Amino acid sequence: MVRWIHKVLALTVVIPLMVLVISGSGLSVMPALDRAGSISRPADGISIAELAGRTAGITPGVEQIKRLPSGKVVAFYAGTDGPAAMVVVDPSSGEPVSTYAPSAFERWMTNLHRSFFLGDGGRMAAGAAAFALLVLTLSGLQMTARRMGGWARLLDRSRGSVMERLHADLGRLAMPGLIVSTLTALFLSLTTFGVIPDGQSQAPAFPTMAQGGPALPVDQIDALRGIDLSQLRELTFPNPADPTDFFRLTTAAGEGYVDPVSGALLAWQNHTVGRQIYEFIYRMHTGRGLWWVGVLLGLSALGVPVLGVTGTGLWWKRRRAHAPIAANVPAKTADTVVLVGSEGGSTWGFARTLHAALTAKGHTVHTVAMDSVARSYPAAKRMFLLTSTHGDGTAPASAGAFLERLDGIGAPPSFRFAVLGFGDRQFPQFCRFARDVDAALTQRGWTSLLPLETIDRQCPQEFARWGKSLSAVMGEDLVLAHVPERPRTHALTLIERIDYGTEVQAPTCVLRFALPGSSLLTRLAGRGWPQFSAGDLLAIVPPGDTLPRYYSLASSARDAFVEICVRKHPGGLCSGLLHGLRPGDRVEAFVKANPSFRPVQGRKPIILIGAGTGIGPLAGFIRANRGRRPLHLYFGGRDPASDFLYEREIQGWLDDRRLTSLSTVFSRVRGGGYVQDRLRADSDRLRTLIGAGAQVLVCGGRGMAAGVKEALTDLLVPTGLTPGLLKDEGRYLEDVY
Amino acid sequence: MRIKTLIAGLAMTTALTVPGLAMARPITLTTTLKNYGGNGAYLALYVTDASGAYKGTLWVAGSKSKYYSHLSGWERASRGNVAGINGITGASVGAGRTLKVTVDLADALFDAGYKLHIDVAAEDMRDSPSEVVVPLTTAGAGRPMAGRSYIQTFTYGM
Repeated sequence: MVRWIHKVLALTVVIPLMVLVISGSGLSVMPALDRAGSISRPADGISIAELAGRTAGITPGVEQIKRLPSGKVVAFYAGTDGPAAMVVVDPSSGEPVSTYAPSAFERWMTNLHRSFFLGDGGRMAAGAAAFALLVLTLSGLQMTARRMGGWARLLDRSRGSVMERLHADLGRLAMPGLIVSTLTALFLSLTTFGVIPDGQSQAPAFPTMAQGGPALPVDQIDALRGIDLSQLRELTFPNPADPTDFFRLTTAAGEGYVDPVSGALLAWQNHTVGRQIYEFIYRMHTGRGLWWVGVLLGLSALGVPVLGVTGTGLWWKRRRAHAPIAANVPAKTADTVVLVGSEGGSTWGFARTLHAALTAKGHTVHTVAMDSVARSYPAAKRMFLLTSTHGDGTAPASAGAFLERLDGIGAPPSFRFAVLGFGDRQFPQFCRFARDVDAALTQRGWTSLLPLETIDRQCPQEFARWGKSLSAVMGEDLVLAHVPERPRTHALTLIERIDYGTEVQAPTCVLRFALPGSSLLTRLAGRGWPQFSAGDLLAIVPPGDTLPRYYSLASSARDAFVEICVRKHPGGLCSGLLHGLRPGDRVEAFVKANPSFRPVQGRKPIILIGAGTGIGPLAGFIRANRGRRPLHLYFGGRDPASDFLYEREIQGWLDDRRLTSLSTVFSRVRGGGYVQDRLRADSDRLRTLIGAGAQVLVCGGRGMAAGVKEALTDLLVPTGLTPGLLKDEGRYLEDVY
Repeated sequence: MRIKTLIAGLAMTTALTVPGLAMARPITLTTTLKNYGGNGAYLALYVTDASGAYKGTLWVAGSKSKYYSHLSGWERASRGNVAGINGITGASVGAGRTLKVTVDLADALFDAGYKLHIDVAAEDMRDSPSEVVVPLTTAGAGRPMAGRSYIQTFTYGM
């Protein structure tokens, strides 16, 4: 909903908004320029009477003296042409300094900014555009917070493509300025139309005639001697042709008349609170008298065109990625229903293929998210449920409410169903949600068309095989040829490799690739090599294969190289390929973000626990630890002489204190053991560290991770903590393969 | 350019009693502004008697009453009584433009010491009360005169 509002509003008002913000940032520098060009800075300790006396003494015939918000003092004279009779005065001497000519450009810009040159209608439009910008700012903020993982993380580093990061970073940077600009603009707009009173109270009544007599020299008028120049707004001299006229005085505090004969203040009226609020808001919006506010607001406003361009680009990209399904038939008339449970969107790709294949065979197909399941499908003959599983076996994003909604459907329907689960066999809860759905439907007495099938890691062959079983039961020849969409790959060139572990039957190598270069244009389009941190995943696509294999990154973008740590598995296609690489060889790869495995921000210590190639991302974290935060590494291998990965670098990191302590353990040496044994031996120290708020990051094989968890569970007993509790706080993270 | 005919004219807003329309005549007031390089100007055209006492308002150009305090001569003369100007207000007048208003003025106002005043004000510029002060005489009709700051020429014609 928020995204929808943000998108529709932005696309609707983009043009007037650009005019507003560009003219606004142009105007924002005026107070600063005015100040810089102002020779006559506000002088201290001069009263209004002194200024008026000097000014009138040097150039008689003064009608009015104004002190502008910039501190400039301007005098207006009678008898000459209008604009030419306006003179900037040096307040300390009363000497005319220059002719005062309000900038025609500024006036033009102001009229464009507040009314698009369209009078009151234009003013309303400008007010509406300001409101739209406020809504865009707040909705953008809300979306950013959600993306960052909550309001508390609003100021964390942004992630994603260059365009996404630019949009989020600039949005956050411009946000305070835009909120001030738009709120004050709305206030000013509403006062213009009288919706909010601007506190411009009725002028004080003209005083009844005082006793006549000779006028005092202006510099001896008591009322004017008592007020400092810095308080002056406007002083209008009495009309020399009218002996009954008075001075009219407006100061920061109020307004009234001054008797030129007695020198007394008459009919004084203080400014109302409403007027003071109005003036404050007016200054905040225009920067008049607050030049630095003006500059800050102007800079924030300049961010809006860039936000407009990047936002439109992101919208376009998203639109292409989520194109509507072709020939999607309404629920009531469809003979086949396809329900999709998807987290990242890849399951939708399979659903599209199924939809297209069925449609090609003359079926009327209705495909929606599982959460949009209807109470009944009167024309349906079969239903397919394609779903992935999220995290620890829970429902994916588009199916969160499905099981609940199922309760709303009464008697079992006449059509038959088939569930197809998508997942990764490496995880213990493989296709758990698909199994839950299948069980729930069976339990409710629904009739199955096909038994539950699962697809491992988006395997197109398995999907095609499921298509064959489907063809058999439907008596039709369905061909499900799915080509999974995957991110654009880049060719990485190997620059260095270091081999370990051959002697202990664990051939492992650390591969370092050059950072692929990409032009600014491709980066802006989000097609360049993305930003990445240690702990993210490098996906390698073997030639002639469609499925990527993932490896944890042991370097960050700042290191200017791409590094992974790969163990060769017997018969492993991809690890074999990587182990065969020589410097200069290339592989196709892309980056997949893995934000759930990285150190929390702060200065608290971190305990890194890894075995074998699991040290890869941990080494990356240490290398990136330029702030010298306390990091403690536990590493397990087979033999220090053969597979002590990163041995030389680790020594360097200990020397320059990027790494605080190192504890190693090797299994194939006398008296050796596994990393969990080393943890148990260090119980006291680990309890102290964890008690002090340390975070634990574990990377390695499944067996090792289970052993580490068990050891920590045991050693934490006296503290009342468990790895589970730590996990809830984000203080126990695992990257397991 | 704008033209407005006011049948009742001053008779409505002044203490002067006008026995009948037969004793009034249509007068065209033509005000041309200089190119003073500012936003549209607010104008007030009003009449005072020989002693300077306010008699009535002929026309106010500019519709937002919160800016009327800048027409200080008029506001002062009329004691801020803007209630009587219903129907005799129009839009502000741009720099270099001409305001043309036709009003019915009582014959008795001419050659009797009555003066016509024009106050002018524009945003962020000086206020100009009594920019033009001209005695109402039959001889002066059709004779153009300049204002102090904003008005290029002002003419009243019978």
